[in-house]
Amino acid sequence: MAFMGDIMNPAPLWQNGPSPGAFYNFPGNSSSLASNHTPQDFKAHSASPITTTTTVIGVKFDKGCVIAGDTLGSYGSLARFRDCPRVMKVNDLILLGSGGDYADFQYLKDIITQKIIDEKCIGDGLQLKPRSLHCWLTRVLYNKRSKMDPLWNSYVVAGIQDGEPFLGAVDKLGTAYEDAAIANGLGAYMATPLLRDALEKGPLDQEAALALVRKCMKVLYYRDARAFQRYQIGVVTAEGVTVHDTEELQPDWSLAHMIHMK
Amino acid sequence: MSSIGTGYDLSASQFSPDGRVFQVEYAAKAVENSGTVIGLRGKDGVVFAVEKLVTSKLYEPGANKRIFHVDEHVGMAVAGLISDARQIVETARSEASNYRSQYGTHVPLKYLNERVSMYMHAYTLYSAVRPYGCSVVMGTWTDYEGPQMYMLDPSGVSFSYFGCAVGKAKQAAKTEIEKLKLADMTVKDLVKEAARIIYLVHDELKDKQFELELSWVSKDTKGRHQIVPRELAAEAENLAKQALADIEDSDEGDM
Amino acid sequence: MLSLDGNFPEYAVPGAKQVRFEPYADNGGSIVAIAGEDYAVIGADTRLSTGFSIYTRDQKKLFKLSDRTVLGATGCWCDTLTLTRLLKARMQMYEHEHNKSMSTPAVAQMLSTMLYYKRFFPYYVSNVLAGIDADGKGCVYSYDPIGHCERSNYRAGGSAGAQLQPLLDNQIGLKNMQNVSEAPLPREKALALLKDVFISAAERDIYTGDSIYILIITANGMQEEKFELRKD
Repeated sequence: MAFMGDIMNPAPLWQNGPSPGAFYNFPGNSSSLASNHTPQDFKAHSASPITTTTTVIGVKFDKGCVIAGDTLGSYGSLARFRDCPRVMKVNDLILLGSGGDYADFQYLKDIITQKIIDEKCIGDGLQLKPRSLHCWLTRVLYNKRSKMDPLWNSYVVAGIQDGEPFLGAVDKLGTAYEDAAIANGLGAYMATPLLRDALEKGPLDQEAALALVRKCMKVLYYRDARAFQRYQIGVVTAEGVTVHDTEELQPDWSLAHMIHMK
Repeated sequence: MSSIGTGYDLSASQFSPDGRVFQVEYAAKAVENSGTVIGLRGKDGVVFAVEKLVTSKLYEPGANKRIFHVDEHVGMAVAGLISDARQIVETARSEASNYRSQYGTHVPLKYLNERVSMYMHAYTLYSAVRPYGCSVVMGTWTDYEGPQMYMLDPSGVSFSYFGCAVGKAKQAAKTEIEKLKLADMTVKDLVKEAARIIYLVHDELKDKQFELELSWVSKDTKGRHQIVPRELAAEAENLAKQALADIEDSDEGDM
Repeated sequence: MLSLDGNFPEYAVPGAKQVRFEPYADNGGSIVAIAGEDYAVIGADTRLSTGFSIYTRDQKKLFKLSDRTVLGATGCWCDTLTLTRLLKARMQMYEHEHNKSMSTPAVAQMLSTMLYYKRFFPYYVSNVLAGIDADGKGCVYSYDPIGHCERSNYRAGGSAGAQLQPLLDNQIGLKNMQNVSEAPLPREKALALLKDVFISAAERDIYTGDSIYILIITANGMQEEKFELRKD
């Protein structure tokens, strides 16, 4: 941009020549060399997320994985959009959950959906596996961050890989890891301890995992100001992927009587 | 040089004095040499059937398929040069994909047909290229418009059809299709009819081996284009063989 | 380009500040590698963290590049992933071209070149490479993020690198001591020392802990070992 014509900052009247009413600056002198340009000046990039979603959590159980995320799209501190589904069925093997910028998620969702259609068009019956999608996301997000134009999301990929549960996370930098319990944002501080504690006490079955995730969503709703009472849960097992209808948690604020603000 | 073109058939960008474009006609000839392809539009969906001629015993079963998925909801059956046809499939796929990325819904078949027709037509206009040596049939089923089917020619012409046939035995196949009450039939019935017609029009003497390819897109498949499930296809194929055997029996009886 | 200060100075409120996107993260982790006469041991902790939260307690940070070379990499984890993936591809290309696997010193040089290639947008990674060289001797190479490379016999890297290096200098290098005689370091002692220093690191460094994953490299192949550390 700095090298090209710019309609907002037009070139001086006589380009490369003296400007009327100004001292003549020889080209290539010290004042024109000294630049305040940073790499970001050459192209406008998303410096921060706009409509955001909060925590997404995921946990492994003996035969699969559960992930959950609420449906609130926040606009700064404004609770603006109340129906932003962000637990997505990718195919029969993969569930994807996203936290962070909602527009970026929708953009990537469309790309993934088309990937799956392309794969179906080939018609050989083969399906993308969770580890592959996880790795692919790593590359996409890392490449975007390297252009200083990140997709402002953190993703949780859940699925079944060769009969075993898979749970992995990728953030906006391309930082990727696998674990039996994953939560991002505020959930990293509030849900992860609950999830890890439950996992340490022994293997979970699907029912226990669902109960655990619901409890986490409730705790998050009580304390995370950007959380919402309506949320989605998705389950992936060898039988396939199901994204439940949006659930509404029933908070109990009666304990708030204990709080006296003076 | 063959005498019929008399020099006006060297380029797709030149008319003959009597107003024909020979290159396009030759392309149509290439399609006529191909195995028969039929498309049937019933009341709840579209069925495709292809007589895929197997030119060598060394091919694996299922090689060189002639029915393709273009998008989740669109199927395409092709006749003519398979390599040309694959390129048309690729074009249609990218059109469908572009439409989806821009408008967020699946591409309407009417629009897709227009785009692919324009693309094929463009290859009849320039001296540097040759027309595509294939005809394709596209079909879909949607909630709001029901079944739809188009057939595209190498000339870039396309029409919407209730039933269409292209390839070697298109005349015989069309005669058979005309006997059907297409608008009253479901895809389940049509699959059997389609299989029967392909077996009927197949020329045992000229082309020994063939594989029957069957696909459908219908209300029952939730508007998704699918290869007809193996058991159903096998059933239709057996019925077709049976029907053919019955005809041959009665022919012998006459003699 | 429109800018707040240039075009709309009256809107440039001192309180409003745009946060710049930060492409790097510090995901912690430490590596220690020790080379002996005919072996090399390398260990890295398995904690992957950011700030005060732990992503996972079970992340291997040692990458087997061939059957006699191992890379330990910590720092910005997304860079680590990218760098090691590229390295593996380059290792395979070398193998296809030359019909043999790369020697450890060759890997060491290649890694330096790859790091320097990104001199002006570096991989923010602390690398320690351990292996057996062409003469069958143990070797350790260490790097800075932009490709400076040095061969040594022992090295600590990563978040607790600065704490552990002086300890290794003392225990293995026998630095700043009087009346000591240099003797070759037996493998068992190196392994015990490696575990000891990691225990110390886990006490002082919040980015080091959970467990260590150790690889013992000899001419006869590699041996794996896991050792638990404190988890808090």
